[in-house]
Amino acid sequence: MIGGLFIYNHKGEVLISRVYRDDIGRNAVDAFRVNVIHARQQVRSPVTNIARTSFFHVKRSNIWLAAVTKQNVNAAMVFEFLYKMCDVMTAYFGKISEENIKNNFVLIYELLDEILDFGYPQNSETGALKTFITQQGIKGQVSKTKEQSQITSQVTGQIGWRREGIKYRRNELFLDVLESVNLLMSPQGQVLSAHVSGRVVMKSYLSGMPECKFGMNDKIVIDKQGKGGASDDAGKSDLGGGSGKQSIAIDDCTFHQCVRLSKFDSERSISFIPPDGEYELMRYRTTKDIILPFRVIPLVREVGRTKLEVKVVIKSNFKPSLLAQKIEVRIPTPLNTSGVQVICMKGKAKYKASENAIVWKIKRMAGMKESQISAEIELLPTNDKKKWARPPISMNFEVPFAPSGLKVRYLKVFESKLNYSDHDVIKWVRYIGRSGIYETRC
Amino acid sequence: MTDSKYFTTTKKGEIFELKAELNSDKKEKKKEAVKKVIASMTVGKDVSALFPDVVNCMQTDNLELKKLVYLYLMNYAKSQPDMAIMAVNTFVKDCEDPNPLIRALAVRTMGCIRVDKITEYLCEPLRKCLKDEDPYVRKTAAVCVAKLHDINAQLVEDQGFLDTLKDLISDSNPMVVANAVAALSEIAESHPNSNLLDLNPQTINKLLTALNECTEWGQIFILDCLANYTPRDDRESQSICERVTPRLSHANSAVVLSAVKVLMKFMEMLPKDLDYYGTLLKKLAPPLVTLLSAEPELQYVALRNINLIVQRRPEILKHEMKVFFVKYNDPIYVKLEKLDIMIRLASQANIAQVLAELKEYATEVDVDFVRKAVRAIGRCAIKVEQSAERCVSTLLDLIQTKVNYVVQEAIVVIKDIFRKYPNKYESVIATLCENLDSLDEPEARAAMIWIVGEYAERIDNADELLESFLEGFHDESTQVQLQLLTAIVKLFLKKPTETQELVQQVLSLATQDSDNPDLRDRGYIYWRLLSTDPVAAKEVVLAEKPLISEETDLIEPTLLEELICHIGTLASVYHKPPSAFVEGSRGVQHKRLPGSAGSGESVESPDTGSAAGVSDAPPAVIPSQGDLLGDLLNLDLAPPATTTGPPPPTSSGMQMGAMDLLGGGLDSLMGDESEPLGGDLGGSPAMGAGFGAPPAAMPASFNAPVSGGLDDLFDLGGGVGMPSGAYSPPKSIWLPAMKAKGLEISGTFARRAGVVQMEMTLTNKAMSVMTDFAIQFNRNSFGLAPAGPLQVLTPVSPNQSIEVALPLNTVGPVMKMEPLNNLQVAVKNNIDVFYFSCQYPISMLFVEDGKMERQVFLATWKDIPNDNESQFQIKDCHLSSDAASSKLQGSNIFTIAKRTVDGQDMLYQSTKLTNGIWVLAELRVQAGNPNYTVSLKCRAPEVAQCVFQSYEAVLKN
Repeated sequence: MIGGLFIYNHKGEVLISRVYRDDIGRNAVDAFRVNVIHARQQVRSPVTNIARTSFFHVKRSNIWLAAVTKQNVNAAMVFEFLYKMCDVMTAYFGKISEENIKNNFVLIYELLDEILDFGYPQNSETGALKTFITQQGIKGQVSKTKEQSQITSQVTGQIGWRREGIKYRRNELFLDVLESVNLLMSPQGQVLSAHVSGRVVMKSYLSGMPECKFGMNDKIVIDKQGKGGASDDAGKSDLGGGSGKQSIAIDDCTFHQCVRLSKFDSERSISFIPPDGEYELMRYRTTKDIILPFRVIPLVREVGRTKLEVKVVIKSNFKPSLLAQKIEVRIPTPLNTSGVQVICMKGKAKYKASENAIVWKIKRMAGMKESQISAEIELLPTNDKKKWARPPISMNFEVPFAPSGLKVRYLKVFESKLNYSDHDVIKWVRYIGRSGIYETRC
Repeated sequence: MTDSKYFTTTKKGEIFELKAELNSDKKEKKKEAVKKVIASMTVGKDVSALFPDVVNCMQTDNLELKKLVYLYLMNYAKSQPDMAIMAVNTFVKDCEDPNPLIRALAVRTMGCIRVDKITEYLCEPLRKCLKDEDPYVRKTAAVCVAKLHDINAQLVEDQGFLDTLKDLISDSNPMVVANAVAALSEIAESHPNSNLLDLNPQTINKLLTALNECTEWGQIFILDCLANYTPRDDRESQSICERVTPRLSHANSAVVLSAVKVLMKFMEMLPKDLDYYGTLLKKLAPPLVTLLSAEPELQYVALRNINLIVQRRPEILKHEMKVFFVKYNDPIYVKLEKLDIMIRLASQANIAQVLAELKEYATEVDVDFVRKAVRAIGRCAIKVEQSAERCVSTLLDLIQTKVNYVVQEAIVVIKDIFRKYPNKYESVIATLCENLDSLDEPEARAAMIWIVGEYAERIDNADELLESFLEGFHDESTQVQLQLLTAIVKLFLKKPTETQELVQQVLSLATQDSDNPDLRDRGYIYWRLLSTDPVAAKEVVLAEKPLISEETDLIEPTLLEELICHIGTLASVYHKPPSAFVEGSRGVQHKRLPGSAGSGESVESPDTGSAAGVSDAPPAVIPSQGDLLGDLLNLDLAPPATTTGPPPPTSSGMQMGAMDLLGGGLDSLMGDESEPLGGDLGGSPAMGAGFGAPPAAMPASFNAPVSGGLDDLFDLGGGVGMPSGAYSPPKSIWLPAMKAKGLEISGTFARRAGVVQMEMTLTNKAMSVMTDFAIQFNRNSFGLAPAGPLQVLTPVSPNQSIEVALPLNTVGPVMKMEPLNNLQVAVKNNIDVFYFSCQYPISMLFVEDGKMERQVFLATWKDIPNDNESQFQIKDCHLSSDAASSKLQGSNIFTIAKRTVDGQDMLYQSTKLTNGIWVLAELRVQAGNPNYTVSLKCRAPEVAQCVFQSYEAVLKN
C-alpha cells in the first residue's frame, strides 16, 4: 500500500510529508526531488522506480504530488487516490498552489490522516469529510455525542456521500449534459477517428433522502421498450422505432458511486440517491452518428522555399437557429516563420510568434454558415534538413447542443418520507457541447 | 488563516523558544507552537529534542491540537522509545472516550507508534475497539491489526487478533468488511502458507455482497482479494463473474481494472463454447477503451495493462485499433505505449490505417517516439506479409528524408525484413548503401554491415564498402566489430579471389589486436574453419538462416500469466513479477492463472515423468549402440565453454600460419574436392601448434578406440553398491552464545528417508532457563521452510544441551540468495529473537528420483547450450571410479553410464533438485591421478558452483 505521500513546490522543496509505512525513510523525499523534479530530461513516466522504491506522481500547476511505496500496490488506485486528494484539497481551499498549501498545512495533515490509513484509502467524499474535518478544527468537541455518531455512521454507511436530515425550502435540481467532441480528420476530409466523451453533471438541492431515476435516449433501453410496450408508446411518438436520431448507441458509461451498478447491469436503469450539491453523475462515450459541429478544410501550399500559402475554410454544421460561441482556430506555423499576413472574413486573426501559430477567433457563428481565412507565411531560409512536422490544425468552440445526440428523457425524484413529489421539484436541463481535441491534419 | 508563517522560522535558538511556548499556559500559544514544530518537521528539521514538551500537550480536549501532537508522536516515537511510553495512558484513556471520532483517532495513531515496549499495552484497547459498537471505530481497528502485525507478528497471533479480524468479514458494515479484507490480505501475504484468508464460497458470497455497498476504495480491496480465489468449478466461476461485471461501469478506474483482473482470471475456467464466455469477452472491451479517456497518468497504467491483456486475449480489442491512435498532445509516455499496442493489434484488416498513422508519427519531434514509429513500420511488415511491400516503400520514403536517426532506425528494421522475406526486397540495397556515411550508431552500422555481407554477391563494391569500415576497426563497438568480421568472412567465401587480403586483415585485427574475448574467439573459429575445411566453413557461415518470428518482444507466457494475475498493480506497470522489485517477504508468491475447465494442465516438464519411470526400470534398456556412442562422442566434441582456446602463437608464427591457411583454404574453395588439409598444414610447425592439432581442451576420447568405449559403457547397471546414506556434514556452530544472549546453536543438514532435516544442538550457556523456542526462515533460493514448529518440549536449563531435528519442506517462498545455498534463520526464545545465516549443502536437495533415462540424458545434454557448462577440478581424491559412483549415489547423484577411454573413466551422472532442476554431470577419473574433473551442465547454471561443492564434499568424506 501507499507508504508515504509528499507534496513539493516547483523547486522541489517539501511542503507536506506524511509517511505511513516503516519501510519509507526520509531519504525517499530527497530521492524523488533529485531524480524526478530536478531531472534534466522531460518526465518519461509517471511511475519511477528509484532504488527499489516506486514513486507515483501527478502535477497540478507547479505543485508535485508524489505517493511512495516499496510494495506491489494497485497502481491505478494510487493515481485515483492522488486525483481524489487534489479534488478534496480544492474543495477545501480552492486552487492547489504553494501558498494555499502552506496556509492550510495543518488541515492537509488532518485530511491525510483521515483519508489514508496505513496507506489504505478511506472514505474521501468531501461531503462527508466536511462534516467533521473543518477549517476551525474544533467542531469535534463542541458537537454533541449524538451528532458525532451520526457523523461516523455516515462516513462508514452505505450512503457515505449524503447525510440525513437535509432540508430545502425549494427542491431544485440542475442537470448539465457536458460533452466534449473529439475529432481527427485527414487533410482530405476523411474522419480518422471521432468520439464524444460526455458527462452528466448534477446539482441537487433536494430534501431528505430522495430516490432518483434518470432516463436518457439510450438505444438499448428504447429498443427494449419499443418491443415491450409498443402499443402505448407508438401512438405518442416515434420512440418505438428507435429511428437513428431518437436514440443513441452508448459505447460505454461509468457512474458515480451512488448509482446502483448491479441494477444498471441487469435492467439498464439508472437509480440512485444523489449526493447533496454538485457532483458528476455519469460519464459516457459514443462513437456512432456523431454530429460534427464544424468541418475544417485546410489548404497548404509551399511556394518556393521561403513562402507558404495557407487557406482554411470552416463550415458550421448544425441548425441555423443555434449559435456556436468561443470559436478559435489554431493554425500552426513553421519554426522559421519570419512574417505572416492574414486576411479573414469574420472575427479576428493574429499571428502569435511565441506559440508558432496563427490564432483566429470568432465570437459567434450560426449554423450552416461558412467562413474563411487565408494567410501568407514568409519563411527564413534554413539549412535544417529536417522537414517541418506540420502539426494539425486544431479548433475550439462551444455549441448549445449535445453532439452525441443524447437527450435527457426524465429525472424522477421520489421521497417517501417527506411530503414533496416529483412534480414539486424544479428541474433544469442544459446541453453544452465543447471541442475536445478537434484536429484536422494538413 | 496564514499557517504559512510557520514555515519561515529559521532563527537560531528556535528550539528553546519553542520549548518555552510549548510549556506556556495559554492554549492558543501552545497550539501555535505545536504547529511550528510540525512545520519544521515537514521541512526536515530535527525537532525530536522537544519530545517531552510536545507529549505534555497531549492531554487536551482540543481535537486539532491532539491530532497535531499525534502526528508528532508518530514521527518521533521510534527515536525516543522511553519517552513514548508516556503517551500510553492517553491512548488507553482515549480509547474509552464517548466520542467515536476520538476513539478511532486513538486506535489509528496507536498502531503507528512503532515501539516494541508499547505494543503490549495497546492490545487491550485494540481488542475493545475491534468490538466497538461504532463501525467507524471498528473499521479503523481492523487496519490497526495490520499495523500491529507489521511491528510484531507474533504478538498479533498470540493475542488472537487474527480470528477477530476474520470475524469482521461477516460484519454488518461494508466498510468494516473492506478494511478487514485489506488487512487480512496484507497479513496473509507475509504468511504465504497460512490459510489465513480462508476463501470459501460462503466468505466469497459475503465479499460479493459487501462489494455492492462499500466505498470505491473498499471495492478495490475486495476485488483484489477476490482475484486470489480459485473457484471450484466453472459454474462458480461464472456466477462470480456475473456479480463482478457491473463494476466495469464504475467511475473509478482502479475499480474497473481490478474487476478486469478478476474477470480475466476467472474466465480461464470457463469453457470456450459457453455463450456466457463470448458475452463476457464483449463486455470487457468498452470499459478498457473508456480508461483511455482518463487522466494521462491513469491512461499510462491502463495502457500498460492493456498491453498484457492484448497479448493474452487479442480478441477482446481487435476491433478497437482506432482508439490507440496517438494524439498530438498526449504525453510522451502515453504515446509510446499506444504505439506498442497498435503494433500488437495490427492485422491484415487494419494495416492500411495503421501504416498511414505510423508514417505520420515518423515525422514528429520526439526522437524516441519517431524511432519507435519507424521500428513499428518494420514490425508491421514482418507481422502482416501482405503489407510488407508497402512498409518497405514507406521506409524508403523515410530514408529519403535524410533525418539521421530516422535513416538509421529504418536500416535496422529493413535488415529484419530481409531476414523475414529473403530474396524479395533486395532491390532497395542500393538506396541503403547511399546512406552508409551518415550511420553513426552501432546498431545501424551493424545492420548495414550485415546487409552488405549477406548480399555481398549482389553488391559490386561490397569489398570497398566493408574495407571502409575496417579502417577504424578498433574504435567500433563490439557489435559492429563482430558483424564486420562475419560479413568479411561471408564476402570471402563468396568472392574468394579478390578479398583474400581483406579477410586476413580482419582476422588478424580480431585475433591479435583485440582485447575482447568474444571477438578473438570468433576470429579463431573462422580462422580454424577456413583453414581446416573451407567447404564446411561455407556450410556453416553461409547456412540458411531460420526465419525470424512474427511477434517480437512478446512477454514470456509464464510471466504473462503471472502478470495477468497482477493487473492494475505496479507489477503490471513494470511488466515484472513483484519479486523483482519488492523487498522482504511481501507479495512474492508467484500467482498463476487457473487451468481451463475442459483441458487438463499440459505436462510442463516431460523430464519428471520419464525420470520417475526410469528409477525402477532395469538398466537393460539400451538404445541402439551406434547412435548412443555417436551422440556421446559428439557431446565430447563440443568443448566446454570454460576452456580457454589454444594459447595464441607468437605473432610471427601467426602470420605465417595465416598465409598458409588461406592458401590452403583457397585451393579447396576453388572447386577441388575437399582434400584433407592436414597435409598442407603439416609444413608449418607454428600452424600445427595453433590450429592443426585438436585443441588441448578437446577430450582425448576423440581418438579412443570405439569398441572399448562401448563395452565399458553399459556395464554399470548392477554394479552400483547400496546407497550408504546421504552425506551430511558435521555440525558447525551457527550462532555463538556470545551473540545470542547465551544461546548457542550448532547444527547441520541431513537428508533422511527423503526428508530434509535441520539437525541442531541448542545449548544454554546463560544463567536462566530458556523456553518457548520457535524458528522461522527467510525466503531462500529453494523455498526451504520448516515443515512443522520447532519441537523443544522441555525448558532448557543452564548448561544443558538438547538435540532437535526439524523436518523441512521446500514449498516456502522463494528468493534467490547469494550464495545460492544461503539460509537466513530467526530463532526465538523467551529471551529474544536471534538471527543467523548458514549454508546448507545443496546435496540435501537431491531427490531420490534423480536418475535420468539414458536417452533423455543424451538429448538433454545436447539440448543445454554449451554456455551453461562449467568445469571443476576435484583435487586429492583417491577413490576408484566405482567407489566414487556408489558414494555419490548415496547422495542421490546417479550414475547413468560409464565408459573407459585410455584408462580414463568417464561417469555420466544426473541428479535432480527439489525444485525440478536437473543437473547433468560428466566425471572424469584417471587411474592414478588424484585429480578428478567434473563438467556440469544445467539449465540453471547458477547452481553449478553449489553442486560442485557437494561433489567435493561427498567424495572427500
